[in-house]
Amino acid sequence: MVEQALARRVSPLAAGAALDIEGVSHAFDIDGVVLPVLDDISFSAGPGEFVALLGPSGCGKSTLLRLVAGLEPPRSGGLREDGEPITGPFPSRVVVFQDPTLFPWRTVWDNVALGLEAQGILKRERHRVDAAIDLVGLSAFRKAYPHQLSGGMAQRVALARALVNDPKILILDEPLGKLDSLTRITMQAEIASLWQRSGFTTLLVTHDVEEAVFLANRVIVFSDRPARIKADIAVDRPYPRHRGDPRLAALRRHILGLLGLDATW
Amino acid sequence: MSTYSASEIAAIPQSADEGAALAGRPLSPPALLLENGPAVFASLAWVAFGLSCLLWEDLGDWSRTHALAVAAFVIAGGILAVTASGKLLGRFAAGLQARAPWLLALGLFLSLWEVATAKFAWLPLPFFPPPQAIIEVYTDDLPKLLDSVFASVKLQLGGYAIGAAVGFLTGVSIGWSRSVGYWVHPVLRFIGPLPATAWLPFAFFTFPSSWSASTFLIALATGFPVTVLTWSGVASVSNAYYDVARTLGARPSFLVLKVAIPAALPHVFVGLFMGLGSSFAVLVVAEMIGVKAGLGWYLQWAQGWAAYSNMYAALIVMSLLCSGAITLLFRTRDRLLVWQKGVVKW
Repeated sequence: MVEQALARRVSPLAAGAALDIEGVSHAFDIDGVVLPVLDDISFSAGPGEFVALLGPSGCGKSTLLRLVAGLEPPRSGGLREDGEPITGPFPSRVVVFQDPTLFPWRTVWDNVALGLEAQGILKRERHRVDAAIDLVGLSAFRKAYPHQLSGGMAQRVALARALVNDPKILILDEPLGKLDSLTRITMQAEIASLWQRSGFTTLLVTHDVEEAVFLANRVIVFSDRPARIKADIAVDRPYPRHRGDPRLAALRRHILGLLGLDATW
Repeated sequence: MSTYSASEIAAIPQSADEGAALAGRPLSPPALLLENGPAVFASLAWVAFGLSCLLWEDLGDWSRTHALAVAAFVIAGGILAVTASGKLLGRFAAGLQARAPWLLALGLFLSLWEVATAKFAWLPLPFFPPPQAIIEVYTDDLPKLLDSVFASVKLQLGGYAIGAAVGFLTGVSIGWSRSVGYWVHPVLRFIGPLPATAWLPFAFFTFPSSWSASTFLIALATGFPVTVLTWSGVASVSNAYYDVARTLGARPSFLVLKVAIPAALPHVFVGLFMGLGSSFAVLVVAEMIGVKAGLGWYLQWAQGWAAYSNMYAALIVMSLLCSGAITLLFRTRDRLLVWQKGVVKW
């Protein structure tokens, strides 16, 4: 289904951008108390690389994604997209959040069209909306409202809403975290296939070690808050990957060990 | 996507007799009576009303008694005819059947009213006019009544439109901009809770005409709830929506027009509804006190001349207009907020 839709896709997809994160630290002010969340984070992702960020809950991974998206400036350090400093949100870096956050007053089509509309190019680029909806397999639901969709469908719409902008960096903030395990497995495969074909750089925050090693070229493991980089692990297996691959299982065990969770393995 | 409207769903059980007919089961007359009981009794009640007009002599001098009786018989016949031809008229007949208990109650009420006023004067007469006296107002005083309706509607529409527009814009600005909120919020706190009618004396000597003064008061009564509700609607829009729009390249104007306002619209409609209610009150008071036209003025005038039937006639028209306005508002809301109806799921 995805392959067919991709074959029909009209607009050429932008290639990925390089992302450099240099000595980024960040903290929140909560009632006058300064709570450090990120402590001197530095890493780079090459164009088209798929990097998974893994770490304990609440360690600041999602905050890092907000900084990459440009929704907030870091307290210190710098972020660059293809060498250009990131100073604010820009549609070349699109986020898919844990909640689909579709606009309930818009139909599926209008939700997906949001980015093109905001950039004022919807009128001449309408076909891109149709292509993105086809890509996630929801052609029959163009006119449906978000309350009529299941959780997995809503997240697919959110994915289409991001992909329609031809992002250079796709930022995935636990996008599959709230889906049931079957839908999750299906969508993991779809994301892998989309990424392989379109070549955007992907940054994925997840709690799921298996998801991280199944999808990513590289897994970066964070410590507890304030987050520091604990390990940067290359996953050197070819795609399409197999979940039962013993090498992946070994990596998973290794990463769980880093997180202090290998007792049951 | 299936889109059953509520009325269609409501119509299903009412067409049970249609189903029976389709199944080829012939309905005998008693069965027909049983199926359509309420409608048949409603028809009888209207016959009773017609008879109650004719059986006794009027105590007063009313010219429309016979005409009213004829109208009652026509309605009774109409109810019966529509019920009998139910299969032909489909939805209309189903609608009538749904309302049959109300038609029955109305017929009984009118009969009782007729007997208690025109025939035996159980209720003291000048104060409680019979139905035919009110009909007489509608036929004989129609031009004046229509002028009053026109004046009221004009005044109300103007004031309401201004109040709603100003309230909406103010609400959005307060909800959006911190500095606007800083200045407007205290003013709103200070002035808003004051009943708009308290401004009457001030308005009538400040404004050049009583018409502009009333427009101002109606706008004030409308504007306050619309402002507050719009503001709270805009303020309660989830930050996640703004984040999504911003990462997709939205500028501030897009965030206001395409995110904040649509998300706040359900609140805005609550404000518009509340504003409609309080503006009616102001309209009537303003017309009673200052404006020399409109239904409020007509009411006041009728009371002054002890023309009680005119008063009741005007009251009925007024209530029809008010409920019509509210129905119109709800229809508009349902049309604009289709997405809110989380009825159909899959």
